[in-house]
Amino acid sequence: MVKHGKKRFRGTVPLTVLTDGDRIKDVAVVGAGVTGMSAALTLAESGYSADVFEKEEDPGGHVGAWHSLFPGGESARDLMAGFRQELVSRGIRIRTGTEVTAVDRSNGYYTLQTTGGEPEKFRSVLVSTGYRLFDASRKEEYGFGVYPYVITSAELEKRLEQGDRALLVGGMEPGKVAFVHCVGSRDSKAGNLYCSRVCCITGVKQAIAVKELYPDCEVLNFYMDLRMYGVGYEELYQKAQEHHGIQFIRGRVSEAAPTRSGAIQVKAEDTLLGVPLKTEVDWLVLLVGMEPADGTARITGSLDIDRDSSGFLRGKQSMVKPWAAESRGIFIAGACCGPATVPESVTQGRAAAVSVVQYLSGKA
Amino acid sequence: MKTTADKWGFRPEQSGTIDLENGNYELWWRLVGKVPGIQACMFCGSCASTCTAQAEGMNFRKVQLMLRRGMNQSLRQLTAHCMLCGKCTLVCPRDVDTRSAIYNLKLLLHESL
Amino acid sequence: MEQTNRTGTWRTYQENIADDHYYYVRSCIRQTFFPGSEAALLNILRNELGKDVMDDPRHTSCSGIGYHSDIVPLPTIMTVVARQFALMTETGYRNFLVSCVTSFGIYNEILHLWEHHPETLEKTRDFLWKATKREFTIPENVVHTSDIVHKFRKEIFSRSKYSLVHQSDKMPLRIAEHVGCHYAKIFPDKGVGGAEFPRVLTDMIECWGGEVVDYPERRHCCGFGFRQYIIRENRGYPLANTRKKMESLAPYQPDMIVANCPGCSMFMDKWQYTIGEMEGRTFGPEGRGIPVLTYEELAGLVLGYDPWDLGLQMHQVDAEPLLMKMGYDYSPSRKYLSAEGKYLGKPMVPDYCCL
Repeated sequence: MVKHGKKRFRGTVPLTVLTDGDRIKDVAVVGAGVTGMSAALTLAESGYSADVFEKEEDPGGHVGAWHSLFPGGESARDLMAGFRQELVSRGIRIRTGTEVTAVDRSNGYYTLQTTGGEPEKFRSVLVSTGYRLFDASRKEEYGFGVYPYVITSAELEKRLEQGDRALLVGGMEPGKVAFVHCVGSRDSKAGNLYCSRVCCITGVKQAIAVKELYPDCEVLNFYMDLRMYGVGYEELYQKAQEHHGIQFIRGRVSEAAPTRSGAIQVKAEDTLLGVPLKTEVDWLVLLVGMEPADGTARITGSLDIDRDSSGFLRGKQSMVKPWAAESRGIFIAGACCGPATVPESVTQGRAAAVSVVQYLSGKA
Repeated sequence: MKTTADKWGFRPEQSGTIDLENGNYELWWRLVGKVPGIQACMFCGSCASTCTAQAEGMNFRKVQLMLRRGMNQSLRQLTAHCMLCGKCTLVCPRDVDTRSAIYNLKLLLHESL
Repeated sequence: MEQTNRTGTWRTYQENIADDHYYYVRSCIRQTFFPGSEAALLNILRNELGKDVMDDPRHTSCSGIGYHSDIVPLPTIMTVVARQFALMTETGYRNFLVSCVTSFGIYNEILHLWEHHPETLEKTRDFLWKATKREFTIPENVVHTSDIVHKFRKEIFSRSKYSLVHQSDKMPLRIAEHVGCHYAKIFPDKGVGGAEFPRVLTDMIECWGGEVVDYPERRHCCGFGFRQYIIRENRGYPLANTRKKMESLAPYQPDMIVANCPGCSMFMDKWQYTIGEMEGRTFGPEGRGIPVLTYEELAGLVLGYDPWDLGLQMHQVDAEPLLMKMGYDYSPSRKYLSAEGKYLGKPMVPDYCCL
């Protein structure tokens, strides 16, 4: 839908509808995770039909592969079903399997190159490309990819879908499971200095999930600091200790080594006692941090969007309008701006969508 | 009779590493049975910093951490100076009944004599 | 703040290992305790692989033992290293081949120091000139001999007489490996495979038919390291390290241990006797020890060399059970004969060992 412009328009968007193939559409949403889907819904609620591009075959991003969400243990599957239902009822079609490979700006509109065919033109673009998880094999000392019983938090989430078959070892219930916090985060050697915020609560949540499946299993969490900042997080941590008997050991794991039985020998420093510590565990779960998704840098390369030193996108007025990348129709939201929880991502997606509406209707 | 040290002039040192596989956790679990709330401890150190017997070496944070790691040596010595004043319980942010925990621990240690 | 992301930086090193024209510097410990190893290596490089290796009689110890024991100060060792490089320069070589792992660490450490503090390099040039009237250039390539054997493992295997398998059922020999700290840990980007999963020995073993045994304390130091070992009363600590390693790999019952550092090989070989005397315990089957070999000796066995030429009779833990497993063709009775066939006398089991 093209609005005839008056002096309220700040951009130089052409006023007439061109030929069909040259049509400039209203808004493209890049990435259909929870952020992109929320944005598309808000846009639809305001009467704008977005073209939502998703490079994977299914929408939902990472949350689609999750089992339960913190702090209350809400089902990720139910959340996804809810989103899908709403999208259907609003007639929003997500263009799955279509990756946006480049975004360029010229003559006041944005041209998107995609794997779906011809380039397409849009008046505004909302970037919600999300994140990728840190590649745990880069922390060579943990033996990820070498020892089969060293897994990431993402893999554990998938396994939790299997119920009490999740962590069986040779058909038997595990005797001891250890979690390692801050894998790939707060770590110069891993190339990421920042805190990924959501992994600590994930570690507590997953530790409880393991205990609930296997009450006799010992669960250890090796942490440097426990970041329980959100609503309900600290209470969950206390519950994990008091109700489930999960042991939190302050100290980093230095190495994972194999043992005769196939268990993993873990060495760490017990910093509160100042003594080295070792133990054997059946599973070692690495709480990997969030990094900007691969496509983010590629798509935003030619645009005037700020990036921080870790590659996360930053709004021009990051205090009061964090979602506005620049004032001419580019908006950013969700985990591509920094590690974020589901409510945070959804909020950002919806706020950015409102800004898109304002921009398109000339009120921006 | 020549001992190893005489014959060689040295003997292999023992490791100081805590081996969680070889700890003796009986005391810890018995204490948890008496004062279940102790599992909520987050090792903040409020108890240790207010302790009246601090100067005598009493440190409840350390004591119960050692119990958790299966390190039961010197516990009697360390807890000897506690006078059960209860200041630690007054300040614990996790509502652990530290006074009851120490009292019960002393009983358990006495039992094992 | 500078990001020090070091993942996978060892790959560049691996690609840049020189393939010929080496200036060889020998190892104090290896020559003393594993006398056949260096001779075997030179034979393999020169006669089996046709490489050009300069074995210069004028070179000295790198003085790493003294340096790591706080006896040789830093300017001195820098000058010694400079002299070694000067000799290399004079003979026209640019690739520096180091026999000892600690030595390898020393050369890398000094080069690193010179790179980051160029004033020390200038000072060293000055010292060397004043002391010896020599000048030097920095080598193009500094590699450890195990890197070279690793690089040419396939060529070595193509000339092999034996594989690392049991002769009876052709099952691979189970071999535990240990990589020296000064190789893998101090400069992880200068070792094949990096610090956590060094491949220099595992690739050799697998190429030659053996099976690598991973054990919990694989990465643990053997305890050598000089400073703590030099004074007898302090040896309890180094010994405890080796004992920890042996306890860790004993349940796996490997057929042998192979190490690329001469100090590590020495420790793991000799201390098995000490622990036996002190605690009455052995780690191998049937009350025996586990044979410890250097990678040169292992390469020599693969090529079918006479074990007594390799120097296996000098080992504390007898290698004969291993040779029997391999179905090795050798003359057991020649063990204590000299090269001319004269009987040298059998070693007694001493009451206690003193160094």
